[in-house]
Amino acid sequence: MTAVRRAPPATAAAAALVAGLAVLPLGYLVLRASEVGFSRAADLVLNERTLRLLGNSLGLAAATTVTAVAIGVPVAWLTTRTDLPGRRALTVVTALPLAVPSYVAALAVIAAFGPRGALARWLGPLGVDALPEVYGFVGAWLALSLSTFPYVTLTVRGSLRRLDPALEEVSRSLGATPFETFRRVTLPQLRPAVAAGALLVALYTLADFGGVSLLRFDTFTRVVYVQYRGSLDRSGAAVLALVLAAVSLTVVAAEARTRTRARVAAARTARTARLVHLGRWRAPATALLAVLAVVALVVPVATLVTWLVLGAREGIDLGETAAAAGRSARVSAGGALAALVAAWPVAALASRHPGRLARWTERLSYAGYALPGLVVALSLVFFGARVARPLYQTVGMLVLAYLVLFLPQAIGALRTTLGQISPTLEDASRSLGAGPLATARRVLLPLVRPGATAAFALVFLTAMKELPAALLLGPTGYDTLATRVWATTSEGFFGRAAAPALLLIVVSSVPLAFLALRDERA
Amino acid sequence: MPTVPETAIVEVRGLRRAYGGVAAVDGLDLDVHRGELLAVLGPSGCGKTTLLRLLAGFERPDAGSIAIDGTAAAGPGTFVPPERRRVGIVVQDHALFPHLTVGGNVAYGLRRDPGRQRRVDEVLAMVGLDGLGDRYPAELSGGQQQRVAIARALAPEPGVILLDEPFANLDAALRARIRFEVRAILKAAGATVVLVTHDQEEALSLADRVAVLDGGRVAQVGPPDEVYRRPASPFVARFVGDADLVPGTCDGTTVATPLGRLAVDGPAPAAGPALAVVRPEAVRLQADPQGSATVALVTYYGHDQLVEVALDGGSVVRARLGAERLFSSGERVRAELAGPVIAYPGNGLGSP
Repeated sequence: MTAVRRAPPATAAAAALVAGLAVLPLGYLVLRASEVGFSRAADLVLNERTLRLLGNSLGLAAATTVTAVAIGVPVAWLTTRTDLPGRRALTVVTALPLAVPSYVAALAVIAAFGPRGALARWLGPLGVDALPEVYGFVGAWLALSLSTFPYVTLTVRGSLRRLDPALEEVSRSLGATPFETFRRVTLPQLRPAVAAGALLVALYTLADFGGVSLLRFDTFTRVVYVQYRGSLDRSGAAVLALVLAAVSLTVVAAEARTRTRARVAAARTARTARLVHLGRWRAPATALLAVLAVVALVVPVATLVTWLVLGAREGIDLGETAAAAGRSARVSAGGALAALVAAWPVAALASRHPGRLARWTERLSYAGYALPGLVVALSLVFFGARVARPLYQTVGMLVLAYLVLFLPQAIGALRTTLGQISPTLEDASRSLGAGPLATARRVLLPLVRPGATAAFALVFLTAMKELPAALLLGPTGYDTLATRVWATTSEGFFGRAAAPALLLIVVSSVPLAFLALRDERA
Repeated sequence: MPTVPETAIVEVRGLRRAYGGVAAVDGLDLDVHRGELLAVLGPSGCGKTTLLRLLAGFERPDAGSIAIDGTAAAGPGTFVPPERRRVGIVVQDHALFPHLTVGGNVAYGLRRDPGRQRRVDEVLAMVGLDGLGDRYPAELSGGQQQRVAIARALAPEPGVILLDEPFANLDAALRARIRFEVRAILKAAGATVVLVTHDQEEALSLADRVAVLDGGRVAQVGPPDEVYRRPASPFVARFVGDADLVPGTCDGTTVATPLGRLAVDGPAPAAGPALAVVRPEAVRLQADPQGSATVALVTYYGHDQLVEVALDGGSVVRARLGAERLFSSGERVRAELAGPVIAYPGNGLGSP
């Protein structure tokens, strides 16, 4: 047992400052909402429309989560534990839908199946003039399910690989068939991973703004947005944003409860399980994954390419798209870097000097995890307009939003990496004459670099896709790929939306493929 | 050799299993007798774990057959899956189901009927864990977890129980005690047990019979004292207990070695070069400036000492002696052997 050393004051102060930044949006929102009188707040929240839209949000989140689990768990099992042909390729392909943001998935759904979409164009000459309605619940559910199921696949894959194969073998030797073994032993062990993946899906769906707006399904994020844009009473928007934050926090708390009750084998280096021979199920299983890949990946990309070609005839502004791509990449890289730098003291404290301070700074820093991007963006708009005037309408404000929103991802990755580095290495370095800074530079940094690179890739990817903060906080005229897709799709210019949407998918795919394959090697 | 008629509950014939062209089990024959504790002993890579997995049904053999209780379990055109073999298994790290209580683990292999809870209580009492049925595995000590794993394997009354290096994770002090507790539990239950281990001391002290594996085949099988006293090959001699192989020349009844002319125990090899098996406890040393050997290394163990002696002529033998008088390296000694030796034809440079 190594003694816990007192945290260096500088690290402790930095961690406390970061935690303060992380809770700033929520705190300021509470302050702003409190300006609204109680009865007015009650009117805002407890009216028929608000409650109906809250119901829509929860219903969509539930349906999407169930669908994502139903797709994600079998995909994880098939690509990890069976002799499915082309498992490595399918591992990457089934992760790639994460590179398709919800509003691009929505654009693809509309541009493919909508009234003026590709399908209608082909079928029109054949006399088919009425297609099933894509706008509304079904379209939103489809677009969100297909772009979020990889969250479940990724968490469950990790858990499956850590699972001790002896558990399943012993179960067989005690008379349980393979199916019974899956139900009675494997599934209970996977439950926390399924819950963690489902939580990500639920939070993403609750927070989604672009996808549901384009598909014209009225959810709570839209009420907040409309209240903000459409009325002069901005404090009212704060009240509604708080309600949305409360719903998200409740979902997080519910998941945490299932985790404390789960009993799972401690992770250890188990040998890898023998692959299950699919036998006559090989062909159907392969076909199933192929269909999934086509629906989740090929259809959106093909639709966008079709529209790109159609749009090219009318002329597309490649220069403006390239400029937007540059802004997207710069602001995402800035946000990722800011999140990593801010994450360092919190992660260092949590992994090196556990204690009350470490616990609280880490917990508070996770605020952005539960907060929808729209809520954080709204709060920072208020904060910028009233308090931080010099920052208002600058890119710095957007970077700050990304810091708050993606800090948890960066802390998670850094903490794991730091936890794997024995503190005795630092002791050895110090005893060899290197000071604290030299030790950080010569020992810690090289060892942390792979984990930090992965964290950077992850945050960069998420920031590229992010819409509401870019929409609300970007300075006037500061178009990113995300806002361009949003603006052109809202106005029905699919041909002009295709180029930035495709570029977004391509740029996001690079870090994603890197992450998926790294995960595979580990 | 006296052959007592025993009924074999497991019959393995010509079993073969290769991984990527390398045979882990290669033409193996073995019988397990009803009610015995058979230790399968061998160095790592000898194929013992593969044999166990083949018996359990976790692997399919490439050739050969396994019959359990008179029924074919694996063989040409036959493969009975693990859940229908009635073979229990206890693995090194226990593999207790962490989401089930102790009672839930033990009941796992039992049918849902009114007798189930009674059987769970009965087996838990048998392993000395009565009253702990509601605990979770994580709340138990290593030794208790081991007993739960045994109770779980015993509960459905399997025909055979396989133990895969079950004591390897326990610390030395605990291991000696738990080994004999486990043996007593299994004997009381009348179970047929196959114990896989690389620890020769464990195999010799626990088993009714020991099967020594080498290169995927059985090199020798027999009661522990027979395997130790009459090793069937130089490999077995060296692997089971300590032994040095001293080259010499056989005349048909005795072997001439640097330790003198030694009587041969058992069948003597034909006249010609031969190897004699020298056990350290059979070597006597006498300090003697005129002796024909030099002490090379002395390792002191408290209760005794192990003395490595270089014989003039090149061979080295070890002697395990009492610690009343310590030898020191460089000392000239006379080395002698008590009793006859086992000898093999050849000179240790390959097959004769």
